Amino acid sequence: MKTFRALAASAVLLMLSIGVAQAGTLDTVKQRGHVQCGVNTGLPGFSYPDDRGKWNGLDVDVCRAIAAAVLGDAGKVKFTPLTAKERFTALQSGEIDVLSRNTTWTTTRDTSLGLNFAGVSYYDGQGFMVKKSLGVNSARVLGGATVCIQAGTTTELNLADYFRTNNMKYTPITYDKAAETVAGFDAGRCDVLTSDQSQLYALRIQLKDPGGAIVLPEVISKEPLGPVVRQGDDPWFNVVKWSLYAMLEAEDVGVNSGNVDDMKATSKNPGVRRLLGLEGIGGKGLGLPNEWAYNIVKMVGNYAEAFDRNVGMGSKLKIARGQNALWRDGGLQYAPPFR
Amino acid sequence: MTDKKASAASPPASKTAIWNNPTFRSVTFQVIVLMSVAAFFVYIINNTLTNMAQRGISTGFGFLDLRAGFGILMSLIEYDETHTYGRTFFVGLLNTLLVSFLGILFATLLGFVIGIARLSRNWLIARIAAAYIEIFRNIPLLLQILFWYFAVLSALPSPRQSLSLLDLFFINIRGLYFPAPRPETAFTAVVVAFVLGTVTSFFVARWARKRQDVTGQQFPVMLACLGLIIGVPVIVFAVTGFPLSWEMPVLQGFNFRGGLSLIPELVALLLALSIYTAAFIAEIVRAGILAVSHGQTEASFALGLRPALTLRLVVIPQALRVIIPPLTSQYLNLTKNSSLATAVGYPDLVAVWAGTTLNQTGQAVEIILMTMAVYLTISLLISMFMNWYNKKAALVER
Amino acid sequence: MARSKDQQTFQRLADQPPPVMVVGMLGWLRANLFSSLSNTVLTIVAIYLLYLAIPPVIHWAFIAADWVGASREDCTGGGACWVFVLARLDQFIYGFYPEPQQWRVNLAFGLLIVLIVPLFIRSFPYKAWLGFFLLFAYPFIAFEMFTGGILGLPLVTTDQWGGLMLTLIISSVGMVASLPIGILLALGRRSEMPIVRAFSVAFIELWRGVPLITVLFMSSVMLPLFLPEGVTFDKLLRALIGITLFESAYMAEVVRGGLQAIPGGQYEAAKALGLNFWKSMSLIVLPQALKLVIPGIVNTLIALFKDTTLVIIIGLFDILGAVEAAIKDPSWLGYAVEGYVFAALIFWIFCYGMSRYSQALERKLNTGHNR
Repeated sequence: MKTFRALAASAVLLMLSIGVAQAGTLDTVKQRGHVQCGVNTGLPGFSYPDDRGKWNGLDVDVCRAIAAAVLGDAGKVKFTPLTAKERFTALQSGEIDVLSRNTTWTTTRDTSLGLNFAGVSYYDGQGFMVKKSLGVNSARVLGGATVCIQAGTTTELNLADYFRTNNMKYTPITYDKAAETVAGFDAGRCDVLTSDQSQLYALRIQLKDPGGAIVLPEVISKEPLGPVVRQGDDPWFNVVKWSLYAMLEAEDVGVNSGNVDDMKATSKNPGVRRLLGLEGIGGKGLGLPNEWAYNIVKMVGNYAEAFDRNVGMGSKLKIARGQNALWRDGGLQYAPPFR
Repeated sequence: MTDKKASAASPPASKTAIWNNPTFRSVTFQVIVLMSVAAFFVYIINNTLTNMAQRGISTGFGFLDLRAGFGILMSLIEYDETHTYGRTFFVGLLNTLLVSFLGILFATLLGFVIGIARLSRNWLIARIAAAYIEIFRNIPLLLQILFWYFAVLSALPSPRQSLSLLDLFFINIRGLYFPAPRPETAFTAVVVAFVLGTVTSFFVARWARKRQDVTGQQFPVMLACLGLIIGVPVIVFAVTGFPLSWEMPVLQGFNFRGGLSLIPELVALLLALSIYTAAFIAEIVRAGILAVSHGQTEASFALGLRPALTLRLVVIPQALRVIIPPLTSQYLNLTKNSSLATAVGYPDLVAVWAGTTLNQTGQAVEIILMTMAVYLTISLLISMFMNWYNKKAALVER
Repeated sequence: MARSKDQQTFQRLADQPPPVMVVGMLGWLRANLFSSLSNTVLTIVAIYLLYLAIPPVIHWAFIAADWVGASREDCTGGGACWVFVLARLDQFIYGFYPEPQQWRVNLAFGLLIVLIVPLFIRSFPYKAWLGFFLLFAYPFIAFEMFTGGILGLPLVTTDQWGGLMLTLIISSVGMVASLPIGILLALGRRSEMPIVRAFSVAFIELWRGVPLITVLFMSSVMLPLFLPEGVTFDKLLRALIGITLFESAYMAEVVRGGLQAIPGGQYEAAKALGLNFWKSMSLIVLPQALKLVIPGIVNTLIALFKDTTLVIIIGLFDILGAVEAAIKDPSWLGYAVEGYVFAALIFWIFCYGMSRYSQALERKLNTGHNR
């Protein structure tokens, strides 16, 4: 009997003792030695595993940048592929540290889901893709069409709004994964595939005949995409936010992965020196080493490099910078001053 | 019994240590179990509430009244994006019930045919049935669903090259289209005739049985009932001047309009669910029929019953007693398996409610609890039916 | 006159052969295929249907199929493109497990086979020890070999596991873990202690009542919400726990069937011998009960094996997941059928093998309990 009671008591104690250890995400990540990052299950250009299982893409590079800043090694990331349906639950529950999965910043998500958006890594807008053979060149004549969408996205909501304001009817077909959406569209299950414009280009290269499909000119929504963290953990929120900004600032001051070592050694530009942690506050406020931003640029590159490599002219997608150019080039991307 | 008496009789001064007393041990053990389970739940609930409060996740069921704002592929009740989240629950639930009901229907039909074929004297037929069972029950259901949807149905032609049968039925990648009956007002008379016919035939059957019990005379119940249930409504239908028109599906714009249609997501799911479950049902049916000993059939022949009557009055009632309990659990499995709909985009409860709605509102705990409650309710209802049936079957046994 | 007739001695004639329609090939055909008009019609219809179905399948799968090559350009035969399956075979089997390390997987599974084979040899003397080793030591050895990180083996984290390897890991862990839990639950359900019984019933009915998808969804994305902040554990482990608990509820019901079939006299005899509860269960009741329900247990194991495919819904790449990913690869579009057929074949071989083995085992262990 005594052993019984001792066992029961120790079991209860064990349960309670697990409950005592509580720490912020930043400390947890440092302790654990890797960043757990939620990404798309497969979207070329943003997050896509190659045939050896190595993840690539703009969203993936944001995760790598965070790992470089926090742990000094861009390779210390583990990726959790998530469908649109699972992503918020996974972040809320603590399954992942940061969600970098082409997620649109909206009021509902920012305020009532217990999430915080840490900036915008890509300015996007929703568009439509159709087969050329359909002979359609405007979204205005899509009344009665069957539309393939990915479940659990803002796309679903925008689509309903767009068709309703234009007094058109449509049939939605909702799949869980981007790959299924493309397969459905390719097979002719639907007339139209709708998604963020960047994704449409990404998905088009997955078609049997990419030349046979066109993206319609209409953009029906604003889709600022960015990394998301849990609400109520400000140190971690800051780290994610400034990791992203460091990539933008590096482009702004002309530092890239090729010249960063030279710059660090020789640059007299105070902006560059502050970014690379040679002057100013460095990583103190973030709880990171001073060379955190240097690590990002060295290991991942600046925003222009990441953009070009994954979705821009250096990639299969060939998307122009457009809205995603820096503010001084007529775009919307803008990092708050590093000082 | 004696054990208890003995321990009651022996005074507390007995030499056994208290921890060797069975009653004491069982009570303590149960108290420990109860306490640890309670502690476990308190712990979980406490954690969840703390985590949710800390992360600012909204709670409660207020979201049910908010406007959903997304479209759903197929709905049995009126639904569009202006309806509420609460309504998406019912849309998903009804779609789940629809596919389960149709699946159960087809799986039962197919399963009985194959199960009987498996026992056929014809070697080839029995082999084919055996091959069917061994192939389909050993391949995962999810794989079968994906196969039908992504490999077979997506090979169908586009709407403009639809395959058609007599220009009434059309098959294309968007689904199966067929004419829809559009009843006129006078059609009510036919419905009334059908209901009356069914009720009357019920009484006729009872009367005929009573008469047979008393006098031994048989009455052609089958024919009479058929006449009442089908014949009378047909006559009424003719007399009122065929008050039913058909709406044909027509190719218009992107797609067929009008008529009734079955979407390929539903077709793929139904095919896979019925074919897979039928393999299990066939084995159950076979076992049930084999469980009726051959002596029963011989005795029935000896009494002069013809083979058809033997089957109906002797073999089937006894076989059913063996068949029904595992059959209901197959029905339950089919209902739960229908949640794999989410893999092909059929808007069932898990896809719509625990999928899109969960994602748009972010209230995972509430939504998953409601989803599990639905499936638990269905399963409890089926268990209740099973218990009721088992009692009834036990009563019949003499 | 009459006498001469009498003198004719009786001579035995050689046996007439049986009527040609009763024995041999023809007799068999008549008895089994053409015994009546309706049977004849059925046979002819069935032969016609088989003729419609089988030759095209054989033509597609073998005659017109392409076997060698490296890309879709090599698929010119018009039949199945097995080149696709062969090109991706590596991924179907190992998932994203790094190629230079794959020998570790082969070695671990090879070791398993080497260890299991003696269990099937009737005269092998150390079965108990070997079984004990397989159940309690081997899993840890295999786990260390898969993950590495010790003895100089590079670390391979669980998110790189995939393909057939992952399917086998999930199903074998599920099988080994769900049986004991199932037995405990079954004993609990038949216990005389009301609270224990109530918990067992509630547990079993709860898990049996909900679909596996929702269980997996809960275990994969919601579980950390139930735990204190910062406590997380591996995604694969969580999926394993979900599957194990789910299947153990089914296992419990199967075992309960066996326990109910053991006559009460056995329980009483065990008590009369002075055995305590655990001894009477493990020495008297369970050996008999489990033997009775072997077919049920194997059926549950087969179901578990098939259910592992559901892990693709929570983003683990088992063999079906690897096939799914491969058929949506732009450079191999249009070979979905080949991919699915391959995966189906693998599953079929395992499941059919298990069911045949259980039938053989049932015959072997039939020691006359089927009175």
